[in-house]
Amino acid sequence: MSEMSGAAALMAALEKEKVDYIFGLPGGANLPIYDALVDSKIRHILVRHEQSAAHMADGYARIKRKAGVCFATSGPGATNLVTGIATAYADSSPIIAVTGQVALPMIGKDAFQETDIIGVTNPVTKYAFQPRVASEIPEMVKKSFYIAESGRPGPVLIDIPKDVQQQVTKMEFPEYIKVRGYNPIVDADLSEINKACEMILKAEKPMIMAGGGVILSGAFSELQALAELLSIPVVTTFKGKGAFPENHPLALGPIGMHGHAEANKMVQEADCILAIGARFSDRTVGRFDEFGKDINVIHFDVDPAEIGKNKSVNAAVIGDVKSSLRSLIKLIPKNLRTNEEISKLWLGRKRELVNYYEDSIKDYSREITAKKALKKLREILPADGIVTTEVGQCQMWASLHFDVISPGTFFSSTGLGTMGFGFPASIGAKAARNDIPVVDIAGDGSFSMTENSLAVSVLEKLPVIVFLLNNQMLGMVAQWQRTFYNRRYSGVHQKNCPDYCKLAESYGAQAHRVGSMDELEKSLKVAIKSDIATVIDIPIDPDEDVYPFVAPGTGLKDMIIGA
Amino acid sequence: MQKNKISIFDDDNENKMYILSVIVENKPGVLFRITNLFRSRNFNIESITVGITEKPDLSRMTITTVSDVKTLEQLVKQLQKLIDVIQINVLNKENAVYRELALIKMNAKDPTTRIEIANFATIYRGNIMDISNETITVEIIGTPDKIDAFKNLVSSYGIIQVARTGVSALPRGAVNDDL
Repeated sequence: MSEMSGAAALMAALEKEKVDYIFGLPGGANLPIYDALVDSKIRHILVRHEQSAAHMADGYARIKRKAGVCFATSGPGATNLVTGIATAYADSSPIIAVTGQVALPMIGKDAFQETDIIGVTNPVTKYAFQPRVASEIPEMVKKSFYIAESGRPGPVLIDIPKDVQQQVTKMEFPEYIKVRGYNPIVDADLSEINKACEMILKAEKPMIMAGGGVILSGAFSELQALAELLSIPVVTTFKGKGAFPENHPLALGPIGMHGHAEANKMVQEADCILAIGARFSDRTVGRFDEFGKDINVIHFDVDPAEIGKNKSVNAAVIGDVKSSLRSLIKLIPKNLRTNEEISKLWLGRKRELVNYYEDSIKDYSREITAKKALKKLREILPADGIVTTEVGQCQMWASLHFDVISPGTFFSSTGLGTMGFGFPASIGAKAARNDIPVVDIAGDGSFSMTENSLAVSVLEKLPVIVFLLNNQMLGMVAQWQRTFYNRRYSGVHQKNCPDYCKLAESYGAQAHRVGSMDELEKSLKVAIKSDIATVIDIPIDPDEDVYPFVAPGTGLKDMIIGA
Repeated sequence: MQKNKISIFDDDNENKMYILSVIVENKPGVLFRITNLFRSRNFNIESITVGITEKPDLSRMTITTVSDVKTLEQLVKQLQKLIDVIQINVLNKENAVYRELALIKMNAKDPTTRIEIANFATIYRGNIMDISNETITVEIIGTPDKIDAFKNLVSSYGIIQVARTGVSALPRGAVNDDL
């Protein structure tokens, strides 16, 4: 047992958790923590706005598959984190947010830069700690990582009053901790798996719907093994995009509001849906009452509260989906011969639908379109390149036209739909894997919300590529105004301000504005090799819409495939 | 460990009163987390009581809610997700003893009124807690139904103030919290 300050104990506890990056910004109430940071081996990434720190920790977590850490001071520093914390909560991403707080005697006195951040973040954190004495810090840090990373992951807040950071006392760093009210289920009930197995084997037109839970649990090979074993076509949710290689013969891509047409169509023809780590969100299923109506729906999930929340199901397998899938695969008889004729018909239907929609969905015709640009990106980017997105049309085009080949290399703000997420998150992803190119598929509206992270990317040598589909519009809102409000545009024109090339150059980043597909190809090749952040400004037509489109409040059967 | 031990999830889809007996960590912020969950998920609290248990580090919250079974199931699961929640028992009229205390102050300027109310209170096994020239205050202990019945009975005298504690409950017999 050694004597040290609360701040030093925090850093030591983070080092014990093998934290290698902290994204943050100092202020009055976390000065002791920043002082302790000087003596730490952990690399600190100074951000220009705390929201970006939380997104960077989130992006880091999604690629590293362990908790990302961000720091902010009290009051406005802490409240600036909130959007990032809410984003991580909506997408079940483990981040640890450490905020400074005013000293204990000042709490409740409306002190300068005092905010009840635990109260503010309560609905969007998995848990929150506030140490009252410094000796509590090591155990709280260890519990934070355990809670954030296990079960259904999520953000945890540690709010440390300034005097607690400064208090010097004897510290004990526990090897083991127990949280008595928290016992995430790992191994599922075998009888439910049996029931699920029978339903799947009985089905003639089974379909797998893979969600974000497959990615979180790293169940890629198990998912692929199951699909191949029984020749089951695989659709994903948007968050599950890339849980299954999208160039695989059984892959149909994401379903939902802007899902692939063939996926949306075929999921309605299935006679059994196996949802794995998915939560039946409104954006995925359209209408809860229509989706999977009168057929067997099987739900695998780690979170018991997801069972029956949006959709009543016929079998519920609660546990880590990787472990559940392994048990399920073991139950399938080795010498099982699927009824080949039935299976052939079902897979034939898949090809039929793919061909049908390939012919019937008309391409928007221009020299450069979002679709063509994204197909080019896929062609040039290595299969293991990491891709994230901003939010809006750019995001939905990415979902439709960018095939993820290597599982787990794609992520986006899918639950909260946070504009400004992609760019800082891509920097976090780069910190997690600096050996692989990282691309942020961006729109001008979303990128402009956190563009100041260019400074971070350049100064911290975490180069990412901003693939900027620039229509000078808040494009998705404009599309809805075109579709539902009779083209009465309201508050959507961003115009050509700023000049993104000049903006990037002023930060010391590289920039290319491309006017043709050839130029796009060339600048992508340069950017991938570059060791400095690159913004590729790709002007596209503001009238280019995202199709297919399932209007809100309607079911997948009401999908519109073009204007 | 399954936090919820009593299964009540039948197919009945009518709104009913349920009593949740919830064992939680006895520390600051827990009540806030629970009430905030009810608010953010649009669940409804009829009453909530909190007090420490036989173990000083644990509190028992008794929450009454009116809901259908599907909503109740979701409510219980969301409560179980809270890390400060150790255990939940879903109780109902058959498997639990449950009591509420109410203080009811009525107009009673006329001496015969005071006698009448005192008689009613005796029938309801209530106690007269306070009496003045103008008012009478009665304590009634029982199920919420019994308290409602007494309130209806005396409403014609003019009820001035009511304070109710909300329901406290324990499972009947040898059901142990097993903590």
